[in-house]
This record gives sequence, structure tokens and C-alpha cells, in this order.
Amino acid sequence: MSIAEQNAPLSDDAQGMSYLNRLPRRIVVIYLPLLVFVFVLLFPFYWMAITAVKPNSQLTDYSNYSPFWVVKPTLDHIKYLLFETSYPGWLWNTVVVSVCATVLSLAASVFAAYAIERVRFSGSRSVGLLIFLAYLVPPSILFIPLAVIVFKFGIYDTKLALIFTYPTFLIPFCTWLLMGYFRSIPFELEESALVDGASRWQILVRVILPLAVPGLISAGIFAFTLSWNEFIYALTFIQSSENKTVPVGVLTELVRGDVFEWGSLMAGALFGSLPVVILYSFFVDYYVSSMTGAVKE
Amino acid sequence: MSAVSSNSFARSNTAVGLFFMLPAAAFLLCFLTYPLGLGVWLGFTDAKIGRDGIFIGIENYQALARDSVFWMAVYNTVLYTFIASVLKFGFGLWLALILNEHLPFKSFFRAIILLPWVVPTVLSALAFWWIYDAQFSILSWSLMQIGWIDGPINFLGDPNNARASVIAANVWRGIPFVAISLLAGLQTIPQSLHEAASLDGATGWQRFRFITLPMLTPIIAVVMTFSVLFTFTDFQLIYVLTKGGPVNATHLMATLSFQRGIPGGQLGEGAAIAVAMIPFLLASILFSFFGLQRRKWQQGGQD
Repeated sequence: MSIAEQNAPLSDDAQGMSYLNRLPRRIVVIYLPLLVFVFVLLFPFYWMAITAVKPNSQLTDYSNYSPFWVVKPTLDHIKYLLFETSYPGWLWNTVVVSVCATVLSLAASVFAAYAIERVRFSGSRSVGLLIFLAYLVPPSILFIPLAVIVFKFGIYDTKLALIFTYPTFLIPFCTWLLMGYFRSIPFELEESALVDGASRWQILVRVILPLAVPGLISAGIFAFTLSWNEFIYALTFIQSSENKTVPVGVLTELVRGDVFEWGSLMAGALFGSLPVVILYSFFVDYYVSSMTGAVKE
Repeated sequence: MSAVSSNSFARSNTAVGLFFMLPAAAFLLCFLTYPLGLGVWLGFTDAKIGRDGIFIGIENYQALARDSVFWMAVYNTVLYTFIASVLKFGFGLWLALILNEHLPFKSFFRAIILLPWVVPTVLSALAFWWIYDAQFSILSWSLMQIGWIDGPINFLGDPNNARASVIAANVWRGIPFVAISLLAGLQTIPQSLHEAASLDGATGWQRFRFITLPMLTPIIAVVMTFSVLFTFTDFQLIYVLTKGGPVNATHLMATLSFQRGIPGGQLGEGAAIAVAMIPFLLASILFSFFGLQRRKWQQGGQD
């Protein structure tokens, strides 16, 4: 369903001229570099996972145990993480904030994208351009004034602060993506609904949205991932431990003093990554289409 | 529908359009446009945490101009962005070209290659922190086993090593985005062009240089603008790996802005540093704009 696949050449053509290359050459030019890339890109995750289950005695004892393997894996670090720190609470906060911010942004973006792309009110083109520019405004230049605003609104150090500020980067992204999807839906469908006496609202809910479900999924999971991974706002706007999200909690509360608890730190990183990785593994094509879609438009 | 362009219909369209725009517009005006303006204003004040500032003109900027730490941060940011972007582009394009070949398990490779980009940056940066550990770095250990070095490398303790280390981590995280986006672009290039060129006797390099590269330019422009933009404003990697240290040697503008603004309490000065990033960002957005303009003639249209 991805855009990449739609644009790909016909499948009988995909092999192209690659049959002209002989095997030894392919091994050196293609398979070997690919293996190196995969190894380098995946090694940090392997290292994260293996450290998370290594007993402390093996963790830094490289001379007696091979560092690349673990002899008697332990669940101590994970147990410590789940039962002696606020980690489950941080996970829950991250879920709540990400889901709320995503739903909020998706709702606002559906209306905005529909208005820009299909209602075509006067000035809709420049609004579309403004949305794209808004997508380019990075959080690192907004967090100081936003902290002031969040404080004035009285939502400093609450989950609401994050739920209201995450849409600043989610709405532009989702709107931009959904505009592309709405554009691909034929005008004729809307026109016939209009002729049959449907209102704009009915057209949006009954005609456009059901057809844009793949776009909604793409935008939704992507927005969820972006809010799950967000760091600078969560670091700035949240003070108390019980409101922290996973990335901030792991970094500010599990890292303390001079003795690093590498085992539990890596377990925290692993468990904080798993939800998005699992989500990703189910929706790979939607991710790819939303990523390339945002770039190609 | 467009044929029916009576005046009242157009007016109702505007009303409906504005109504549908309302939620998004409210959010963006309140939490994006207003803070952007407020940030510029704060840069001209001496606001501190817990105290509204008063207007002090360009004093913040004058102070920054004399501040060697600030100039170090600017230098680091430009260096970091330039080197990381070039490496990301080179490796990303390479990986995209590899993935564009006829491979077994292609979609599987494409899926796992995107992983570094999906996982929260802070959490993968923690893994890098452990990989870069001064004493127990697995990299140092492996190199020592091979016999290339005698003692562990001080990855994050020495300014130049620290810069190289954070750039490596940033490149690691950025390659998947560049590669997968460029791969999508590569798949739109018709194979027939390559076949025609090789019938005319073009070598592999010539086909890459005169077919692949020109056809890919528009997408390269956009992808690299995004990449430059996100690298330039990067915060998380530095904050996790070095916190700007050793002795402020690896601060980027974003981390320095945070350091001065939030823990340091100097909101005005922090905002001024953030505002100082805007000209650079505008420059890269303009670059993207002109990159996009090239699309038309490449698709055979009029300029």
C-alpha cells in the first residue's frame, strides 16, 4: 500500500540488468557492504539487549567472559526496573501522553487537511504552505518560550503540558501527509455525494474518511512514534518524577552518581524502545509511506 | 464543482473552510506562532525564571558576541551539521543503491535498516553512551584484542574524540532516513533508461552519474534539507552523551540554549541563542525551495 510500491516499476521489470552481474562480483559489491551496514546499524540494539540480561559480575569482566555473549542470563535488572523504580509509571505516562496527543492532532489535521485540499476556500494554498513551514520549525527553538507559556497557563509539570505542546509538531506533519492522501481521492465521488444532497460534514465522514484509512493509519502511528520519542519538551516542562515520560525518566532518574547501573539502564532503554518497535513491525509499509510521503510531496 | 462558482457558493466555501481549519489553527497559533514571536521578544529581554524581563535591546546578543563559549557552540554546530550531513548522504545513498538491487529478503532488510530511526533517540544514545564508556567500551576492547590500540580510547573525555563520537552516533541514527527516502526516489527511475544507456556503451559509473544522480536530485535536495535541519537543531544526542562537555567543548547551539535557559535560569539569553539559529534554518529552507523548483524541468515541463 506504500507510495513507494505504487511508484515502483512493473514487477517483471524490477530485476533490470542485475542478471548481467556475476555472483563473485555481487558478493563484493552488494552483499558484503550490506552485511556491514546491517551489522553496524543493529549492533547497538544487540549490545543494549545483551547488557540488560547480563549479571553484574560478567558486565565488566571482559577477561573471563566473552563480552559478546552472556553465560547465565539474569532478570535482576528488569525486576529492579519494574519493581523498585517508577519505570512502570513512566511507561504509562508516555502511553497516555502519546495517545492523547496523537488523537488530538489527528482530529485537528483531518479537518485542516480536508479544508485545505477539498473545500478550497480563498487562501487555502497559502495556508497549505504555512502548514509546511510550520513543520520545519524545530522544537529546539520553541522550548524556552513554550515553557513560559505553559507556566502561565498553569499546566507546568502536568501531562497536559505535553499533550498540548506535542501537536505543534504533530499537526503540521499529519496535515501535510493527509493532504497528499485526500488529493488522491477522486473529486467525482464528492461531487456525486454533493448532488445527492450530502453536507460537507457528511461527505467528510461518509466518503472521504473511509477512503483515507491507510493515510490515517500512516499519520497516526507516525505521530504516536514521534510523541513517544519526544524529549526536549518533556525534559523542560516536567519536574516531578511521577509525571515523567520514559526517555526523560530513564535519563534523569536512573543515571545517578558515579556508579552507573548499566544493566538496568539498558533494560530501561530496551523496554522503552519495544512498544514503538512492535508497532513498527506491524506497520512497516505505513511507516515507509509516511516517511517518503512527507519528503516527496 | 469548480464550474459552479457563484458568489454565494464561494463565500460559503470560505466559511466552511475556516470552520474546518479552526482546531488546527487554534493550536498552531497558540503553541507555535505565539511562542515563536515570544521567543524573539524574550531574546531582547533579561527575563529569568520566575521574573518577567524588561526590554534591554540587543544586550543579550552583544554579550553573546563576546562569549567564546557561544562561538564555540556555533562552530561545533556548523561542523557537526556539515560532517554528519555529508556522511549521512554518502552512506545513505550507498545503502539505497544496494537496497535497490535485486536482493533476497529485500523488504526484511528494508524493515530492519529503519530500526535506528524508529527507536527513541535518547534510548539509543544511552546504548552509545555505554559503547563509548571510558573504561569498559566494547569498541576499545575489540580494537585492543585485534591489536590496533594499546589502551582504551577516551571517547567522550577529549574534545575532538567527543566531537567525532557524537557525529558517529548522529550518522548512525540518520542513515536509515536518508537511505529509505532515497530508495523511494530510486524506485521511480525507469529501468529502461539504464538499459538504453548500457546499449549505448555507458559504464556503471556513467549510468550513475548521468542517469541516477540527475533523476534523483529533487529528492536529494528535499531529504538533505530535512536532514540538515534536524541535525542543526539536534539536542538529544549531545545532551545524553556529553551534556556539552568536556568543558563546553561539544555544546551545540540547542544544548547551550537549554543550558543557559532552563537549568541556568537565564530565559532571555537562552532565547537569544535559539533565535540565533533561525538565520541558518532559513538559509536551508530557501535551499530546499530552490531544490524543489528544479522539479519542473526535470519532469519535462516549462520553468
